[in-house]
Amino acid sequence: MPEFEPRIVAFVCNWCTYAGADLTGTSRIKYSPNVEVIRFPCTGRIDFMLLLKAFAEGADGIIISGCHPNDCHYTSGNFHARRRWILFRGLLDFMGIDVERVQFSWVSAAEGAKWADVVNTTVEAVRKLGPYENFRKIDRAGAV
Amino acid sequence: MDELRKKARALLEAGEVRVVIGYGGGTGDRARAIFVREPERADELIFDGRCRQNLAIYLTRREVKELGKPAIVATLPALKTVLQLAGEFQIAEGGLVVLAPGADGSLIEFKTFADIEKYLAGAASPIDPAEQAEMDRVRAMSPDERWKYWLGQISRCIKCYACRQACPMCYCPRCTVECNQPQWIPVPSHELGNLEWNVMRAMHLAGRCVDCGDCSRACPVGIPLYLLNRVLIGDIESNFHQRAGMKAEVDYALSTFHPDDRENFIR
Repeated sequence: MPEFEPRIVAFVCNWCTYAGADLTGTSRIKYSPNVEVIRFPCTGRIDFMLLLKAFAEGADGIIISGCHPNDCHYTSGNFHARRRWILFRGLLDFMGIDVERVQFSWVSAAEGAKWADVVNTTVEAVRKLGPYENFRKIDRAGAV
Repeated sequence: MDELRKKARALLEAGEVRVVIGYGGGTGDRARAIFVREPERADELIFDGRCRQNLAIYLTRREVKELGKPAIVATLPALKTVLQLAGEFQIAEGGLVVLAPGADGSLIEFKTFADIEKYLAGAASPIDPAEQAEMDRVRAMSPDERWKYWLGQISRCIKCYACRQACPMCYCPRCTVECNQPQWIPVPSHELGNLEWNVMRAMHLAGRCVDCGDCSRACPVGIPLYLLNRVLIGDIESNFHQRAGMKAEVDYALSTFHPDDRENFIR
């Protein structure tokens, strides 16, 4: 049986983490290819529903990353996002959804090495947790 | 009750309000919402332990707004709803009369939102012991047990959206579930869509829910929605020290922030 390769979806903000991930590449830092990066204008734009959709579409883990506090391109988008994640994470946990599969981070445009580290550690953590069977097994009869 | 009827009659006779939203006798032994527009019908109003529906839901309904200035018979959760709706600019000071009957037959008429704020600051909001026991039970479960518990609950959901219809804070004329580009919530009632709907409902009410419990009571299959609401209410209180329905001003936990908000999971 081939080794399980986790599928990680990363929702990142355009101004910090996306640029940071770009720096990882231009710095020739090698990191796990298991991550699929989706670029957003701001962490404040990342609707909590997108996380559920990612799991529903087969993600085993999720990374949410944006500018450090006080560094938001739109001044306060990440502060709003932080509040949203505090509440959403608590709700997911209460519903028994595996919050260990969701990694939040602040990665600036200068932190190429940190991005590689965030991805690598998340991939390894999710590899240990295994495929997210709970969400895969959920009934969706009649879904289009 | 006599006080309430007398006041309702006087308000209608003086033309101070056009409609009194209150409770009347319903089918069997139930109480239901009634809309009293003529002074002589004021005697149909009742108020007792059966009167639990949060009547503030009607304040934002177009059909009721068209009747003219209302007086509302308000329970404790309804008072909170009035303040929350005011904070969300859905109702204005002077745009309604708020009557709060007590169990002993007394009646408080609130002239201003500030008076309601003062009253609520000193009022206790008791939590049903059975509901608290259920909350403690679910909290004590392992994550896997919680997942099975909620999967069991939401698999019974028939997507009737009664929870939304009964909710006084769900007043959006076009709800996300009616949007199909993109279709956030699938139409059929399978587990995945039910889970997404119930998470979305709870999150859209985070920081706005006044915990009246009408969603749980409206649910035809008895999903304990109050648990989801209360988890968020608790988290908002412990993290941001805010509580919905206590002030008639914008005080929505998710539309504001503090640079020093604390968490322990962002690296």
